[in-house]
Amino acid sequence: MNGNGNHHTIIALVQDKPGVLTRVAGLFRRRGFNISSLAVGNSEQPGLSRMTFVVDGDQYTVDQATKQLDKLIDVVKVANISDEEIVSRELALIKVKVTPATRGEILEMVHPFRAEIVDVGAQSMVIEVTGSGDKIQALYGLLEPFGVLELMRTGRVAMVRGQAEGRVSDDLIINYHGDGLKVNEAYEVGSY
Amino acid sequence: MELTGAEIVCESLLKEGVEVIFGLPGGAVLPFYGALSGYPQLRHILVRHEQAAAMAADGYARATGKVGVCTATSGPGATNLATGIAGAMMDSVPMVAITGQVPRPAIGRDSFQETDITGITLPITKHNMLVLNVEDVAPAVKEAFHIARTGRPGPVLLDIPKDVLVGERWPFIWPDKVNLPGYNPPGEADAVQVSQACELINQAQRPVILAGHGILISHAYAELKELAEKAQIPVITTLLGIGSFPTGHLLHAGMPGMHGMAYASLAIDNADLLISLGMRFDDRVTGRLSDFAPNAKVVHVDVDPSEFHKNVRATVPVLGELKQVLGQMLPQVERKTHLDWLQHIDTLRAEHPSLHIRQTDELLPQYVLRQLSDITEGNAIIVTGVGQHQMWAAQHYAYKEPNTLLTSGGLGAMGFEVPAALGAKVGRPDKAVWSIAGDGGFQMTMCDLATAVENNIDVKFAILNNGTLGMVRQWQDFFYDKDYFATVYSGNPDFIKLAEAYGIPGIRVTDKTQVATSIRQAMATPGPVVLDFIVKQDEQVYPMIPAGESVNEMMEEPIPQRVM
Ligand SMILES: Cc1ncc(C[n+]2csc(CCOP(=O)(O)OP(=O)(O)O)c2C)c(N)n1
Repeated sequence: MNGNGNHHTIIALVQDKPGVLTRVAGLFRRRGFNISSLAVGNSEQPGLSRMTFVVDGDQYTVDQATKQLDKLIDVVKVANISDEEIVSRELALIKVKVTPATRGEILEMVHPFRAEIVDVGAQSMVIEVTGSGDKIQALYGLLEPFGVLELMRTGRVAMVRGQAEGRVSDDLIINYHGDGLKVNEAYEVGSY
Repeated sequence: MELTGAEIVCESLLKEGVEVIFGLPGGAVLPFYGALSGYPQLRHILVRHEQAAAMAADGYARATGKVGVCTATSGPGATNLATGIAGAMMDSVPMVAITGQVPRPAIGRDSFQETDITGITLPITKHNMLVLNVEDVAPAVKEAFHIARTGRPGPVLLDIPKDVLVGERWPFIWPDKVNLPGYNPPGEADAVQVSQACELINQAQRPVILAGHGILISHAYAELKELAEKAQIPVITTLLGIGSFPTGHLLHAGMPGMHGMAYASLAIDNADLLISLGMRFDDRVTGRLSDFAPNAKVVHVDVDPSEFHKNVRATVPVLGELKQVLGQMLPQVERKTHLDWLQHIDTLRAEHPSLHIRQTDELLPQYVLRQLSDITEGNAIIVTGVGQHQMWAAQHYAYKEPNTLLTSGGLGAMGFEVPAALGAKVGRPDKAVWSIAGDGGFQMTMCDLATAVENNIDVKFAILNNGTLGMVRQWQDFFYDKDYFATVYSGNPDFIKLAEAYGIPGIRVTDKTQVATSIRQAMATPGPVVLDFIVKQDEQVYPMIPAGESVNEMMEEPIPQRVM
């Protein structure tokens, strides 16, 4: 659960079209919503991508953010999954200074985090760690005294546990395929 | 047969039932014009400034309910459209704007007249598309119109590079469906929401209906009238909702908000239920939110769920298309009389006669509008600019029919009065169309008098000429120690000579006694006419609730001036 506090996790299924990221980012900026992390990538469906946002703000903000996202034509589905049972992960690459004296200590330290050493150089190594933001922060804190040369973090990706897909609040979506709505000709400026 | 992209645009416009396009050509869009000249069914109206093209398309759309279409070239042509597009966005007006773009290989190189118009218009369009392949043209046009007119309407911009318009050919295949999986405008409302809403309505002792633009957009006037009459609920129409309910109907209770009638704002203040239909609680309506309708529950019906709880918390939000929703609600709404409540509103009306015009020999702008209302019997289409004259036009003209007050509400764009009136008349040639202008706004778009002349568009242009940016002066008067800095227009042209220069009649009115005859004279003159009403300069719009304040801080016309 991460709906408490000020962080909310929103996932969206979007069409892979040029400019979709600009639309989303522009919307957040324009309406004064704060994105603390954003991750985008292909989904299991061709032509569609998934985005995970972590949005800072109160319930009003996240409610508006979700609805405004839903209004974007290229956004197919949005769900605020903050109150669902979710799995969420971030990944970080940490390049840390090493000397022959500190190498062993660092390796030991990294072990309980189930982090991997993905590159070893003469004076540095790169550690890959996956998990919650807190876990990454904790490892970073331990490595800092050795001298962190570079930190690269992804945004959070999240998924609802079990069978359910991220539930789209039903009252927002009514199935409609563009048929049978009034067109130009059907419009008449009626009287009372 | 294979067609060019430009020809495909024309064929697609025909499929969409387009009759008229407002625009002005330039290099990048010229291939489209080249094709357009071969399609006489698509009437092109050449404007003098692209802002007028967008605003004329807007006026056409508001007057007819059809999608307004405008076009411009890349770069400056496209950016000139922007104000008009933004206005359509704010006021939910269906519009399709087509811009030419530099050829694909030139994109991204700061080429001559290249601007990223899809980037620029991202926040002021409902959607926009850069069309990069000739085979995408027809689907893009179909999607653009579909998005523009359905759900909560709005402007859609199509940016088409020159070489997509003319470089290749492709068979014209009109898609029978749009492929927009992310776009699902609601229709009927959820039955539970409807019954909860009706329960609140049936329990209410002091209900008011706030009727907004949504009623006009979804043509729900008959349903609104039935609802109001069945349950005897007073109807307050927002600025953009004016015309959704007949002015003068016994249940009509005026306009709310900053310059609304005092009795309307007080009725909201006293109400125990707001039934908000297709309106969005703009700050000009609500004033300070914490003091707005303090005793009321809120039933909010809208097609756009992001409006729920955005400004005012809805007790019961009802998502759906208004006409259908009201149709669902009507059978569940009980007949009521609300005698005490209606009597209370009548008392408010008597105690706060916001619309009385004081007796004076001076030429008051309000008087001009009242005369116009009487003489045209409330049957004209009134297109206003922004400022004092706009508020007086909203207050003093007795609108009888839907879509007869066209005004830039959300954006508040001066200069709307001239081009939007042209668009309205083109769309509704059967109606008398009056452009009500301030001398400030008129001068922003008066170059398009030429468009009226060239196309013989019979609009009467009435300038309420107070020699100043009146509404700003009013704020200076009330809130800036009468420091009339930068609001006096001392170098105005002679508008009668200006009319003459365009070859159309001009009538100057300086005296109250000439008002009626000049209006009749203009009506009897075929084609465009300019009327220059030299009105009293220091006249304030009352009532006024200062920005960010509440009904408790409402200023009404000073008592000595008020004649009952
Ligand atoms: C394009 C634009 N620029 C500035 C404003 C700010 N503004 C609001 S009302 C107003 C004065 C309008 O003067 P005029 O058109 O003469 O009408 P009046 O108020 O005198 O009736 C101004 C400058 C605006 N609404 N639109």
